[in-house]
Amino acid sequence: MTEMQKLYLLVPLAPLAGAVIAGLFGWAIGRRAAHVVTILGMVVCLVASFLVYRDVMAGNLFNGPVYTWLVSGNIRFEIGFLIDPLSATMMMVVSFVSLMVHIYTIGYMAGDPGYQRFFSYISLFTFSMLMLVMSNNFLQLFFGWEAVGLVSYLLIGFWYNRPTAIYANLKAFLVNRVGDFGFLLGIALILMYFGTLDYAAVFANAGRLAGNSIELFPGVEWSLITVICILLFIGAMGKSAQFPLHVWLPDSMEGPTPISALIHAATMVTAGIFMVARMSPLFELSETALSFVLIIGAITAFFMALIATVQYDIKRVVAYSTLSQLGYMTMALGASAYSAAIFHLFTHAFFKAVLFLGAGSVIIAMHHQQDMRKMGGLAKYMPITYLTVLIGAIANAGLPPFAGFFSKETIVEALRYATVPGAGFAYVLAVAGVFVGAFYSFRLVFYAFHGKERFADPQHPDVKAADAEAAAAGHHDDHGHDEHDDHHGEAHKPHESPAVVWMPLVLLAIPSVCAGWFIGSFVYGDYFGSAITVNPAHTAMAVMAQNFNGVFAMMGHALGTLPFWLAVAGAGTAWFLYILRPELPAKLRRKWGVVVTILMEKYGLDRFNDWFFAGGARALGTGLWKGGDVALIDNVMVNGSARLVGWVAAVVRHVQSGYIYHYAFAMIIGLLLLLTLAYSR
Amino acid sequence: MQGLPLLSLAIWVPIIAGFAVLFTGGDRNAQAARVIALIGAVLGFAVTIPLYTGFDLLQASFQFGELKPWIETFNINYHLGIDGISLLLILLNSFTTILVVLAAWEAIQTRVAQYMAAFLVLSGLMNGVFSALDAMLFYVFFEATLIPMFIIIGVWGGPNRVYAAMKFFLYTLLGSLLSLVALIVLYNAAGGSFAFLDLYATPLPIIIQVLVFIAFFMAFAVKVPMWPVHTWLPDAHVEAPTGGSVVLAAIMLKLGGYGFLRLSLPIVPDASILLAPVVIGLSLIAVVYIGLVALVQTDMKKLIAYSSISHMGFVTLGIFLFNAQGVEGAIIQMISHGFVSGALFLCVGVLYDRMHSRQIADYGGVANRMPVFAALFMLFAMANAGLPGTSGFVGEFLVIMGAVKVNFWFAFAAAITLIFGAAYTLWMYKRVVFGPVANSNVAELKDINAREFLILGVLAVLVLVMGVWPQPFAEVLHVSVSELLTHVSYSKLPVQ
Repeated sequence: MTEMQKLYLLVPLAPLAGAVIAGLFGWAIGRRAAHVVTILGMVVCLVASFLVYRDVMAGNLFNGPVYTWLVSGNIRFEIGFLIDPLSATMMMVVSFVSLMVHIYTIGYMAGDPGYQRFFSYISLFTFSMLMLVMSNNFLQLFFGWEAVGLVSYLLIGFWYNRPTAIYANLKAFLVNRVGDFGFLLGIALILMYFGTLDYAAVFANAGRLAGNSIELFPGVEWSLITVICILLFIGAMGKSAQFPLHVWLPDSMEGPTPISALIHAATMVTAGIFMVARMSPLFELSETALSFVLIIGAITAFFMALIATVQYDIKRVVAYSTLSQLGYMTMALGASAYSAAIFHLFTHAFFKAVLFLGAGSVIIAMHHQQDMRKMGGLAKYMPITYLTVLIGAIANAGLPPFAGFFSKETIVEALRYATVPGAGFAYVLAVAGVFVGAFYSFRLVFYAFHGKERFADPQHPDVKAADAEAAAAGHHDDHGHDEHDDHHGEAHKPHESPAVVWMPLVLLAIPSVCAGWFIGSFVYGDYFGSAITVNPAHTAMAVMAQNFNGVFAMMGHALGTLPFWLAVAGAGTAWFLYILRPELPAKLRRKWGVVVTILMEKYGLDRFNDWFFAGGARALGTGLWKGGDVALIDNVMVNGSARLVGWVAAVVRHVQSGYIYHYAFAMIIGLLLLLTLAYSR
Repeated sequence: MQGLPLLSLAIWVPIIAGFAVLFTGGDRNAQAARVIALIGAVLGFAVTIPLYTGFDLLQASFQFGELKPWIETFNINYHLGIDGISLLLILLNSFTTILVVLAAWEAIQTRVAQYMAAFLVLSGLMNGVFSALDAMLFYVFFEATLIPMFIIIGVWGGPNRVYAAMKFFLYTLLGSLLSLVALIVLYNAAGGSFAFLDLYATPLPIIIQVLVFIAFFMAFAVKVPMWPVHTWLPDAHVEAPTGGSVVLAAIMLKLGGYGFLRLSLPIVPDASILLAPVVIGLSLIAVVYIGLVALVQTDMKKLIAYSSISHMGFVTLGIFLFNAQGVEGAIIQMISHGFVSGALFLCVGVLYDRMHSRQIADYGGVANRMPVFAALFMLFAMANAGLPGTSGFVGEFLVIMGAVKVNFWFAFAAAITLIFGAAYTLWMYKRVVFGPVANSNVAELKDINAREFLILGVLAVLVLVMGVWPQPFAEVLHVSVSELLTHVSYSKLPVQ
């Protein structure tokens, strides 16, 4: 094994070691040692990832096995690594954000009884995510895929005493399993037709099988690659929360805020985006699949952004914003703009982590209050949090020169040039989404950090409305959310969070500003090399690369385009409604009651799923059990023998003296002896 | 090692130990009975280890053979030998016996000697089933296993134990009686031999093959159990003591799957292929229908029992796919299910010993009082839901990979278990373990003690090892499975 290969192994194993130590021995080593050991593991992981990244940028790629998992028939399943620019980039993002979140957690979870358990989980998550992105085959991809799902499940339900949390984590796991169902079938078809699950071998032969068709229904022929790609993408829809499998992500906010930042914004939910980019050699062979991806992404990007505009819970605003941004990434994939999708993944990881961790900082300051109606005017009390959240919001809104501008603008442009069926539809929704995105981003900033200090004013109409709503929902006011060991009785004067909390915010805010400036090499250069394949017929990115004349030209060009002015308009609308005329939103909500209700009800999907799928499965199960097992099989089919059973039981009860086992043993032994004696000579 | 009749030892060491335990007498000497039983179980497992270490991975024929005449009039022989399939099941069986003895250490306080004896004898008999190479010897062992289990359920079971024991006994006995007739038919066709190898080589017309297949099928399908002859299992599990449930789920159900592999497929290959769609259909019904039924169970043991049926659906599905992934997946699924369902029944046993209730509704918030238990239970629940990295994934994955080659929709229906398996397992887990402390009984729960931790911990390690690195388990299978598939691929219809 070469030195580099040892380094590859070190990247996932360092966090795993931390997770195992903190998890199994956390009770013995105590809180401090638990965070020291896991953070140490993360530092090692980040340094190793950086060295690998540098090595990859120097042109050294790797694709090889680590060990043989299983051999079945003539198929060899292996665990192995593929180290190329795509995986190296993901490794950097994952290990950096994860380290920041580890540090932040020291402050955020201080005083929580599950402290060691929490550190163990987030390190275990990092291990799983790294195994996912470093995989060189579909099997290990699926391993990592399900493993991050497991840790997400454990972390959403971290506060397992809260009914909402354990509802949310079960829902998240099951919805993800629906996606994994498709994903696994896709993998099964790949194994069947390619005879291997190794990426390189599959991609090399993809072209040869492009003409194959598969007859799933008699008489209906479908392109094999299209079926495989759509099945794989169903997996991505679960993990990356795309409509209609997005329903788990908003509820996942029941988990502690650090994991909302790490898992449900920066890394795990982007696994689907990463996967499709990794599979570009397959997706590029199917216009239909790309079109499907594009349309799902467009629906998610626009309609989830709309929901964000009416939410009051600060974390839920950010959660719906995440859904919308994931929709943008998905649209980029559908438009064959893989590098743009990964670039948005990259910038989004930073600014969304900032937004979540900033929201967490606010939640600490507000003594577990997440309702923005009870905030307002926080800027002067927590300036660092305010500034970093502002940076995150501007980046999220897509205004230059912040990171989000470059990645989002590239996606919108790519949609304009895309030729895949549905691109026009997606372009319209993407452009409209820019306005909505800017609006909800600035709404969050203005509503929580500017205006009246509503937290000190229980008579404010917004506060009263929030209290009435909480009472109606049966929430215990401000104790229902993130538990935190803080001082309840003291005067409710918010204050800046400790350094372990704001330091990660600042460190993440820096790339939220400047990560976009690398667009030239990242998106338009030969950054990804052979890791991403684009069909020459899909010309959008090629055209844009020709038009690209540097970061400044791009910003200058944007000033003359619709998306920029829509973003400005969105920010302006938020300013008008939440700073200039703060009494207006309530009136508008009443006036637009129907629309607001539809959005607050999340288009009714949750209700429908609860009624149709959860309720339907239970009803069907009860029907099959009572009607099938009990009534039909036991009472009708087994009825005769059941009566016989009763009769025999009655007889046996007379015979037995309470030592039936003696008789029975004697019987079998006697039988054997008799047979042997009688027939052997 | 070479000289020792290892298979005979694997059969008779536990049986003799079982009788030795009986001599400790009444419950005054209960501790002695436990210790002797444990020694017997450990010895019984120890003699099976050389089977694994000495196993020749490349040899297709049966290994560790022993041949002694038994009833010469009918050419019935005490003929033993194993291939990779039997090897894994023997190891699983002998290992599980140790756990069962340990699990009963405190839970069983009455008729301890008899309880331990029943399990040791049962263990030996099942090793007999897995190593018999003579059909009549197989049949005797196969039927004999009913007796100890009947007694275990009937004596140490719950309030409705007699009904459950009778249902279990009659269901399985009636199912297997026809197979005796089939064996006699085969005996005549083979010119007076019960040896498996002779039966494998005997050509049979298709009508005979179908009849023999049906006779075997009735015996093995009840044992597995397959839908719709599964209704004895939930009752048996609910009434059985913890150890009984563990052995029932972990080993006894595998007698059915093993029977298909050892008898049905190689002896009547043409009928097996002809009727495979029926078996596959029933298996898929088991996966989907039983998955839904498991979802709505209110009794933890019943839920796990239904889950067992659903998981065993993968076994029968895999076997009748007739490809390497399917059959190897089925066998690995049998081994994994032995660990996982055994562990789950032990988990329920841990709770039952403390609360004397199996009702999900009586629990809630157990994690607050039993965090170590909750963590282990979580691992087994996830394994039951087929999470990659646990043993539960390996078999299901391989069977789905095998199924798609035969028909996409078989794989589609089988993969639904991804959703249902997670739904019923994790919903139960949520209601039992998560949430605030539900009542004063839960509030008084004590976490698992060292003995319980040892049992569950060992199983947890096995579940993880088999999930992360299944190759040591799978490599012993390859040659045996390809030999089996060769048997299936050659028609045995008589040449006209």
